[in-house]
Amino acid sequence: MASQYQTTAFTRFRRTTANHMASVLAVLSTIIVVAPLVAIFAYLLYKGASSLNLNFFTQVPAPIGEKGGGMANAIVGSGVLLAISSVLGVPIGIAAGIFLSEYGRGSKLANMVRFTADVLNGVPSIVMGIAAYSLVVLPQKHFSALAGGVALGIMMIPTITRTTEEMLLMVPHAIREAALGLGVPNWRSVLSITLKTASPGVITGCMLAFARVAGETAPLLFTAFGSSFFSTSINQPIAALPLQIYVYAISPYDEWHRLAWAGALVLIVLIVVSVSLVRYVTSRGVLKGAS
Amino acid sequence: MTLKTQEVRVTEPTAASVPGTDTPGTAPSNGEHSAIRKYLLSRGSSVFVDKSFRWLMILCALSIFAIVALILYELIVRSELTINKFGLSFFAKTAWNPIENNYGALPFIYGTLVSSIIGLIIAVPLAIGLAVFLTEMCPKILRGPLAFLTELLAAIPSVVYGLWAIFVLVPILRSHVNPLLISVFGWSGLFARPDYGIGMLAAGVILAIMILPIISSLTREVMTAVPHTQREAVLALGATRWEMIRMGVLRNARIGIVGSMILGLGRALGETMAVTMVIGNRPDILRNLLAPAYSMASVIANEFTEAADPMYLSALVEIGLALFIVTIIVNALARLLVWAVTRGAPARVA
Repeated sequence: MASQYQTTAFTRFRRTTANHMASVLAVLSTIIVVAPLVAIFAYLLYKGASSLNLNFFTQVPAPIGEKGGGMANAIVGSGVLLAISSVLGVPIGIAAGIFLSEYGRGSKLANMVRFTADVLNGVPSIVMGIAAYSLVVLPQKHFSALAGGVALGIMMIPTITRTTEEMLLMVPHAIREAALGLGVPNWRSVLSITLKTASPGVITGCMLAFARVAGETAPLLFTAFGSSFFSTSINQPIAALPLQIYVYAISPYDEWHRLAWAGALVLIVLIVVSVSLVRYVTSRGVLKGAS
Repeated sequence: MTLKTQEVRVTEPTAASVPGTDTPGTAPSNGEHSAIRKYLLSRGSSVFVDKSFRWLMILCALSIFAIVALILYELIVRSELTINKFGLSFFAKTAWNPIENNYGALPFIYGTLVSSIIGLIIAVPLAIGLAVFLTEMCPKILRGPLAFLTELLAAIPSVVYGLWAIFVLVPILRSHVNPLLISVFGWSGLFARPDYGIGMLAAGVILAIMILPIISSLTREVMTAVPHTQREAVLALGATRWEMIRMGVLRNARIGIVGSMILGLGRALGETMAVTMVIGNRPDILRNLLAPAYSMASVIANEFTEAADPMYLSALVEIGLALFIVTIIVNALARLLVWAVTRGAPARVA
């Protein structure tokens, strides 16, 4: 019986080897994970920076076969789409976040809302596109920027709701109590004290949601549809940066591939900046300074 | 004077004036109102505004339920034609013929499932390795930057992954990886010529890269939720570091790790653009993983705008409906599993 608990040289060797193997494997997998990211960024910078110039930001796409041209219409189009989507997504998202943190904390309803928001976050973006198609495009009978904005707006809601809730939860209770103790009505305390204190966090949360939907292509394929002309009308099909990148990427022309890389670089820079900002705000405790 | 300016700032015209109700029992005894009392009375009660604000917030929160219900309703209504005509056989047929109006979704379901499973097989061991490294082994200086890098990996848009896959990943697979796979595993029939580079395997690899950050960040969250006493107890019994991780951490966190895997699966099932760009878009069910295939999300992305016939459109919407229901179930399951482990701490936005 006792022999099975004795350490022999062999078991000791086996255990230390397993230990070292595990360490090596963990380090190796970290390297394998980081490698594609570095590869993507390096290739993007190399390809994108060499084809990025002023024309890219000021001109509309050139006809097939011609040199030059840019994505000015797509950049403006993405801006219009983001504006429409934030009109829909930001107020609802922030309000739902306020409910979760200020009114429903710990209640069954709040847990269900939080759960549904998380689940909605995982719904494929292409399904959002179908929903917007059947809600907006079919009644209107044509593709439009409005439909694309609705699809993106719905996608923003869960992200904004959850980040707003997280940021509001970081506001110390004493601040709320101080406001109420001074006789400020509850709604006013929520808006001018709690939300205002957390506003750097809430705003960066919104930027995170912007960054996410700014890169979405699938829901725009049959809502905003894309266009090679300059347009700001919300009732017309409109170009968008990710949509244009997709069209150019699957085209057979080298000139268009070049533009696709430049577009991807612009998109990535936008996203990296907002993600870094969110991380800075949540980690450095900017919230405490704001109060 | 200060009271006066405050009064202007705070007064709400919509507030119902119900003097006295907000501070019952403090009626002035001598008929004289103090300055504070006067201020409170002039301000009126904010009960009505408070209540309506509260209900507005609740309404916005409830709208999240409404959105899910509305999407479900629209999808069901728009796919009525094919639901009525084919019933459940829609998901078992391999025909996809818009000219004869004969539709079956099996090739797309097969493509979605197989590419997602390839993605999971590649991503899960790497994600767990990364999470173990970050939580248990990593020097403190590296932890922040590495976690940030993996977060960035999650934020890169799908279309950029697709662009990179077309111009970098597919050529690498075609010239280096696939010939090796064919010569070593060719006997299994899973890897065979003709090899175009694009196909099921390319889709699986790009999916693996895309779902890795989600799986690894949730695994990390679950592993940090394991109490330190568990680790200390195992170490005190003389375990090596790997034994401590295996018995003290991974065994306690296994439910949450399974949850994060399922969440990654949910992402992979619905991923559209990157997969559409590299899967090859051919509705065949083939054993060969190097051959072109098709996925549910890709067929919607590619054919939705050309679906002029109502029946064709309805078939595509029904595929979307199936995708919606499956991802909702998968996500709900995953969230419940992750919650079961990290209960107490609010789950982070993935």
